[in-house]
Amino acid sequence: MDLLSLFPSWLIEHGAAFIIILPLLMGAITSILPSRSLAWWTAFIVTVIVTLTSFGLVLNMMSEGTTVYSMGGWDPPHGIGLVVDALSAPVLLLISAMAVLTMVYGMPATIAEVEPKKRAPFYAAFLLCFAGLMGMVVTGDAFNVFVFLEVSSISTYALVAMGAARDRRALTASFNYLIMGSIGATFFVIGLGFLYMETGTLNMADMARILADLDGGSRVAKVAFGFIVVGLGLKLAMFPLHTWLPGAYAYAPSMVTIFLASTATKAALYLLLRFTFTVFDPSFEYVGTLVKYLLIGVGVVGMIFASLQAIFQTDVRRTLAFSSVAQVGYMLLGIGLATAAGLAAGYLHLLNHAVIKGGLFIALGAFWYRFGITRVEDFQGLSKTMPWTMGAFTVSALSLIGVPFTAGFVSKVNLATAAADKGWWWAVAVIVVTSVLAIIYMGRILLSAYFGDAPEINGEVAKRNEAPLMMLVPMWVLAIMSIAIGSNIFNLGDNFVGAAEAAARLLLGSGA
Amino acid sequence: MIDILQINPGLWVILAGIICAFLPVSPIRKALVLLAPIFAAVMIFQIYGAQEVIGGVINFAGMDYTTLRIDRLSMIWGYLFCLAGVLNAIYGLHEKCKITDSSALIYMGAALAGVFSGDLLTLFIFWELAAISSVFLVWKGGEHSYASGIRYLAIHVLSGVLLLAGAIVYGRANGGDFTFGNIGLGAPGGWLLLIAMGIKCGFPFLHNWIQDAYPKASITGTVILSAFTTKLALYALARGFAGEDILIYIGAVMTCFPVFFAVIENDLRRVLSYSLNNQLGFMVCGIGIGTPLAMNGVAAHVVADVIFKGLLFMSMGAVMLRTGTTKASELGGLFRSMPYTTLFCLIGAGSIAAFPLLSAFVTKSMILTAALEEHLWVPLAMLLFASAGVMEHSGIKVPYFTFFSHDSGRRVKEAPWNMLTAMGLASLLCIVFALPGVSFGYKLLYSLLPYEVDYHPYTPDHVIFQLQLLFAAITAFCILKKYGLYPSEKRAEIIDFDWTYRKLGLGIAKWIGAMWTRLSVNITGLRKTFIDNAGKRLYQIFSPAGAMSEAAPSGLAAVLTAGMLVIALLIMFITSV
Repeated sequence: MDLLSLFPSWLIEHGAAFIIILPLLMGAITSILPSRSLAWWTAFIVTVIVTLTSFGLVLNMMSEGTTVYSMGGWDPPHGIGLVVDALSAPVLLLISAMAVLTMVYGMPATIAEVEPKKRAPFYAAFLLCFAGLMGMVVTGDAFNVFVFLEVSSISTYALVAMGAARDRRALTASFNYLIMGSIGATFFVIGLGFLYMETGTLNMADMARILADLDGGSRVAKVAFGFIVVGLGLKLAMFPLHTWLPGAYAYAPSMVTIFLASTATKAALYLLLRFTFTVFDPSFEYVGTLVKYLLIGVGVVGMIFASLQAIFQTDVRRTLAFSSVAQVGYMLLGIGLATAAGLAAGYLHLLNHAVIKGGLFIALGAFWYRFGITRVEDFQGLSKTMPWTMGAFTVSALSLIGVPFTAGFVSKVNLATAAADKGWWWAVAVIVVTSVLAIIYMGRILLSAYFGDAPEINGEVAKRNEAPLMMLVPMWVLAIMSIAIGSNIFNLGDNFVGAAEAAARLLLGSGA
Repeated sequence: MIDILQINPGLWVILAGIICAFLPVSPIRKALVLLAPIFAAVMIFQIYGAQEVIGGVINFAGMDYTTLRIDRLSMIWGYLFCLAGVLNAIYGLHEKCKITDSSALIYMGAALAGVFSGDLLTLFIFWELAAISSVFLVWKGGEHSYASGIRYLAIHVLSGVLLLAGAIVYGRANGGDFTFGNIGLGAPGGWLLLIAMGIKCGFPFLHNWIQDAYPKASITGTVILSAFTTKLALYALARGFAGEDILIYIGAVMTCFPVFFAVIENDLRRVLSYSLNNQLGFMVCGIGIGTPLAMNGVAAHVVADVIFKGLLFMSMGAVMLRTGTTKASELGGLFRSMPYTTLFCLIGAGSIAAFPLLSAFVTKSMILTAALEEHLWVPLAMLLFASAGVMEHSGIKVPYFTFFSHDSGRRVKEAPWNMLTAMGLASLLCIVFALPGVSFGYKLLYSLLPYEVDYHPYTPDHVIFQLQLLFAAITAFCILKKYGLYPSEKRAEIIDFDWTYRKLGLGIAKWIGAMWTRLSVNITGLRKTFIDNAGKRLYQIFSPAGAMSEAAPSGLAAVLTAGMLVIALLIMFITSV
């Protein structure tokens, strides 16, 4: 590990705490910074540092294995432990890397979308949201999870509402999200209360041990599990509980949409994995049944319904939002399979989908930035007016559909193989059908962009007007990553698949 | 990191083609089109010594793909494709067209890579790539070529699908070994593979795409197309089905039936397409015979064929460029204004007719001799008949009606210099490859063949026999012409087997359509209510104005959440009871 030696040892040692505390502190400072560009630079540098630290943590995890950091020197179970393991480390890196790309994109986008005096608080809220997500993922303490969940959620409500400068509907969307998100968080904390009642501890590892001793525990543990699954389901936009998502994605400032789409639901999904497999255990009968019937049921229904709904949307932002709901279905299906291959495929799709949707939403933001368009019919001729942006959009769209040599293909094939291994051919059929639906809803957009003629503005054909470099760079980084994962360039594909398999091993290994 | 010698030379050409697709500057594109085949040839030379080379093994999705295999058989095809690529590049220098340049390169690269692929799956990939990239050349022929292009694409994709299906059946039966060696019809999936190759090779009843698409492609497009697709298929046949008896008869029929169509056809580029089909027949027949002599004949004839058939298509292309037509009824007397083109066309015509000292003489005769040695009397007779037929339609008809015959009164410019250069080079090769006695003559060609050659074309017997055959054909033409019996050039389209799907198939489709209309009148009510309602329902539910998209009040959402909790708890309760 040559790379690892480049990181100072104290950073690796205290990295798990550093990646939460730095954005939290700097968030507070950023909110009072007088200059907009200073605020941007602060936030940007923070995300870069956190990303580097996360990268160091991943490297360290790969060489040293799981590390538990005792917050403030108080050892768990009494103190709070921060856990960096094969499950959390990749998600940490994903969230922080997406934060950097979002910040790069956000420099021009924020100028266009947020009022000047609100920009410094905007970046501050972004950092808080970022800190909350990182905290949710890294902490090993159940109540701490709730705290960070609320930190990220509350800042997200504010961020979504800031879209009001662009579209007043952002306010109702944010209100909806606030109500729903709070219900979700409440359910989650009620579940935690029951769990505390049953086990008498808040440390997750401890809970798992005690629950295993109790052989799944009494009815209280079952109720706790129900509350936690539904609460998290709301946060991760599980199918009938997804109603907050399209509005929030569509009307938030584009930078927020990008970050939410690629990280927020992913962090919640991560928590679902954590609780289902490492705190509870699918070998408890009630956990196994709920996973098998509820998660797969809503996953499959969601895949089909949300895909159909995406087809009929006129606004591309909403098409992509419904597509996100459908993609969550794939991940739930992977979790529901509860085999090593299925979990790995679900986890891989979690990572890949963040890359894909991030790229799509960045390109979409660039279209709005240049031409103020979001409707499908306005995409006519975009391949001529913004060829590079449309190129990145196309690559990511193909990846979303699952064309060979792209990231989407790898995870969908793995998922289908996992389902087939279990003999669930109907699930393979559902994957194929929803992929065809994805061809329709993305193809509709691509067709209009490539085969339509550029519209006339005041009697002149619209001229070529490429997105600024600050937007092109992050969208192409993600588009190229999509291809690199799919074609295993720079071994990226192997690394992603390897990370997913390691995570799946950890999930299945602990409770058994 | 990657050994450059492990890379299939075709991939370089494909890469050049992709670069061309984005290059706005025509001279640089032309340089790439010209240099890419030369570079590929140099790479082949670097890679291939004397032994078979297998390399470029890529593991993808749990399968090993052998992307590079050069042996004596594929080597000759490889050099041939590079040579054809250079000639075509020179021929197309005058044309400023990005699509032609890049698709020509990708197409050529795909054919080259296909020849060098060591397993059936890699072959399939390049097989399809060649089909898809070449259809653009057909479409460049203009508006009227669109439908042909679609038919061309459909047939080739079908061929690719059959190839893939056959490959999977074959590979499964061999325990996951997809190596492309001798397959034989007895192997599982053999028939699928044979039909897939047969489609691309123009087997009787599967051949119509050749006469349909080639004459409609652009001027340079036809020339490029004629060199690669069918030859790739021939290679695949030679590799997989050498010595299958059925191929002898398929090949013999293939040589004969186009003669009739070619004699009465008016469009000279279509005549040449039939003639192409006929030449392929000789080679398919040779593959069927499968003896070393026959296989040598096939390999030698494929070289000669690409050159002289390219030359003939080039000369017709030059005529097309200057006069705008290749209809025999509208041409004639062009030798006054296009003397060099006339000369080159005559050399090409002489070559295809196998005049001594011109290329087919030293190549085709090997296949005929092989048939003779195996005592295959009926096929041999058919081949001889076809040889005379070739003389008739390609050797005499094409040059006669274009350049001589009655004067059409057209006075046009000579072909551009680059076309003349390309035709000149091809003519030179036609002559050089047939020269007796010197080391760079036919002996050079023979030294490249897959097996040791012990064959001497210039025996008195052979020369005299061939001359008799040719002069008999010429005499027949003269007599028929003299007494007005030769089918005169008419502005007419002739109907081939494609009648079945273009006319009969259309008729059946129309009949079904009519019946369907009647039937549907009766069931309209039912159908309409069902489909319309289904569509309407879907729209009502899922569209932005639909029920699912109503901005759900947060109260309702909260109830839903509670409902989910109830369901979750019930599920767990039931399991624990």
